[in-house]
Amino acid sequence: MSQPINAAPNYVSTTNACKLCMPLGACLAFKGVEGCVPFLHGSQGCATYMRRYLISHFREPVDIASSSLGEKQAVFGGGPNLKQGLVNVINKYQARVVGVATTCLTETIGDDVPALVREFNKTAVVEGGGRELPPIVTVASPSYGGSHLLGFHRAVAALVEQLATEAGPCHGGLNLLPGLLSPADLRHLRALCEDFGLATTLLPDYSLTLDGVAMAEYQLIPEGGTPLTAIQTMARAKATIELGRSLENLPSAGRVLERRGVPLHSLASPIGLRGSDRLVETLEHLSGRELPEVHRRRRGQLLDAFIDAHKYLAGVTALVYGDEDLCLGLTSFLAEIGVRPLIVATGGELGLLPAWVDSVCAGLTPEPPQVLAGVDFWQIAELARELKPELILGNSKGYPLARELGAPLVRVGFPIHDRFGAPRQTVVGYQGAMELLDRITNAILEKRQDDSPVGYGYL
Amino acid sequence: MAQVMFDERADQMAVSGEGPFRISCDKESLAGAVSQRACVFCGSRVVLYPIADALHLVHGPIGCAAYTWDIRGALSSGPQLHRLSFSTDLRETDVIFGGEKKLLAALDELIARHHPAAAFVYSTCIVGLIGDDLAAVCRQAEARHGIPVIPVMSEGFKGNKRAGYLAACQAMFKLVGTGDTSGISPQSVNLLGDFNLAGELWIIRGYLERMGVEVVANVTGDGRVADIRRAHGAGLNLVQCSGATMELAKMMEEAHGTPFKRVSYFGVEDMSQALYDVAEHFGDPEMMARTRALVKEELDRLYPQLMELRRDLEGRKAAIYVGGAFKAFSLVKSFRLLGMQTVLVGSQTGTEADYQELAAITDPGTIIVDDANPLELMHWLKEKGADVFVGGVKERPIAYKLGLGFCDHNHERKIALEGFSGMLSFAREIHRTVLSPVWNFVPRIGGRPS
Repeated sequence: MSQPINAAPNYVSTTNACKLCMPLGACLAFKGVEGCVPFLHGSQGCATYMRRYLISHFREPVDIASSSLGEKQAVFGGGPNLKQGLVNVINKYQARVVGVATTCLTETIGDDVPALVREFNKTAVVEGGGRELPPIVTVASPSYGGSHLLGFHRAVAALVEQLATEAGPCHGGLNLLPGLLSPADLRHLRALCEDFGLATTLLPDYSLTLDGVAMAEYQLIPEGGTPLTAIQTMARAKATIELGRSLENLPSAGRVLERRGVPLHSLASPIGLRGSDRLVETLEHLSGRELPEVHRRRRGQLLDAFIDAHKYLAGVTALVYGDEDLCLGLTSFLAEIGVRPLIVATGGELGLLPAWVDSVCAGLTPEPPQVLAGVDFWQIAELARELKPELILGNSKGYPLARELGAPLVRVGFPIHDRFGAPRQTVVGYQGAMELLDRITNAILEKRQDDSPVGYGYL
Repeated sequence: MAQVMFDERADQMAVSGEGPFRISCDKESLAGAVSQRACVFCGSRVVLYPIADALHLVHGPIGCAAYTWDIRGALSSGPQLHRLSFSTDLRETDVIFGGEKKLLAALDELIARHHPAAAFVYSTCIVGLIGDDLAAVCRQAEARHGIPVIPVMSEGFKGNKRAGYLAACQAMFKLVGTGDTSGISPQSVNLLGDFNLAGELWIIRGYLERMGVEVVANVTGDGRVADIRRAHGAGLNLVQCSGATMELAKMMEEAHGTPFKRVSYFGVEDMSQALYDVAEHFGDPEMMARTRALVKEELDRLYPQLMELRRDLEGRKAAIYVGGAFKAFSLVKSFRLLGMQTVLVGSQTGTEADYQELAAITDPGTIIVDDANPLELMHWLKEKGADVFVGGVKERPIAYKLGLGFCDHNHERKIALEGFSGMLSFAREIHRTVLSPVWNFVPRIGGRPS
């Protein structure tokens, strides 16, 4: 068995957090709904900070509205500002859905946001003839309540809970709840499902809203996203696939739909060969079709690359950090290709990461890695200095540590603020595994080449 | 006016040169308008962040600390403590039962670990609500560890960024006057409101050194606690980024009699003027002669290169949206030097006097806007047909989606834009974006370059 959670010293203070806050995750999820404006009920700073963080990663406009509460509203309640903000977002931004996420401030002053929204719905009038009042989805996401990943999952669950209410006969389509992935990952998953002939509702789908095209027009709300009508009929799908083991013990969107009669298939994030195989098996089962030839060939090419790369990677030791779902997927993949993960670390506290990590490493690595949950980069660094991993996988926030250790950092996850092209990175499926394998192997080769006194150009 | 505009904000934008200039500002941001502004906490954090040997502990949930971790280009010549992100990471139980004990324990832990020269403890929204007595905890920690532990009253909702600047100034003012001032030259200054982005403050210190002026304290770029403690010994405060540090200058004038001058180090005109103002203040003819020689030497080197860039940029149009309006004055002048016209200029936190001055120095017809949002910026950029937009990370995608060039003039920048050498870097930045061949291929509001 791996070390228990928090084998690292348990400090009171946090230094260089290995997580972000709940409302950020909620806003990201809302960006994946067509015509949706994410709206933070709180002080102005939260929206601005998160916008900047998301813009720097995606290099796309990320408009997040705020109720911009001041001191008066903190005392007397934020209701009037919330309502005024909704009016502006609906009339001026022409939102077709509004995703309201709460913040520390409004959770603590006790604003009953669902009740305020119900009141608003009764009285509000939309400017411009013929437009109906758009649905307003609310989610409780105080920063003190959990990480950005929890905020993301909660927002997806809220969308389904509040919008997927249409009853009726099964429409035969598939619901795919992908978890927190890149726009390229979302595109890949959609294409994969469609290649099986499955009409798929992907929620959320920010593959276009956060990786848009050049257009000489700043759209009020970028095109793309899961259509509202598709979300409304999700309870009439024939099955739901929900990706991410961190959802196992949460009242997730998949479970909401299961309660409404849609069979649920819970899988880990499909990262690496085995993770991708599990997803493919499920799709084969649901579609009654075999893996289409184009993907079968991709899988074969991946295995071929496994062989070609294995000696470069044999025994290379690694540190993996990030959110729980990504950490588990990456660790599973590293174990498959002969890399030895020494440390798997997350700032989050969802689920049973140590047990999951053990299960994906079993039989592949000499010993399971140490798993640190609920830690910061100070704790990760202390253990990393001791164990000296040769390779690091994670977001940009581990760069200072990578620099200190002289180990190459393969940038995966969120945020990537010091490299270009984050929205176009794929990690899921055979395609994603292939790209990861290339990047990891090249990082090792580059390091050995740079460190070599000879400097061979033929490796 | 287009339907995207907000009626409530109609008096926060105006056009220069069209009758008497009136604009409303320093208001709370309009809910739902997607203001580009941040909060009180942000204002305080921005000002104090570069003090490199202090501990900066954010008392609150993780977000506030996480979003301000090492994202700025504020360099230090020594300690790097400011680049770490410290938080009490408050959780639900702390919100219910109070966070004072956790805060004190965190201070004990971090002060023992890092031995900082002082600690700043930032209050966030939640602290203002759950009623933690920040000042009492700070006093306890101060007594225990023998270093100044200073509460920064920066609850996010208690005003806008300007309120945060004030809270930061009040925090710093607790340090000023507590250090030994012996040995300080009468011809000495403090540099207020320069954050040493990409080493800019070092450029300015280099000029002052050549003039024979001693710099006592950097406030706050490459800042040190001990320097701030003896800052009251300086002969003059030079206040750049007046929105952020003017209050400290006023407090120091009142308490210690330190006079101050408002300066800007951006652009040739304002940079030269700042140095002449210093020389004039000290009334030393030799210093003035050295200053003249310095400016001449720098300009002789700079002008031929600038004029070469100007040939390509002449006649282009610029738009500006920045945090403080004072920087915008220098930018308008800098663009003029490059043969470019400013068609839109706005800021998050400008004052009425700032906007009046902007109206006075811009060409008639220039749009002037307070606390704008993406909708308004997009509208004006399209209507005025700008070629390049100067702003920060949040403005970048607006420029790029419209097919405009962009120059980052915010705190994340990694290119020094102050001083004479900074003017050249600025011109090159503008040149490299405006003249890029990509505009031949992409859709853009202004059409393709001819």
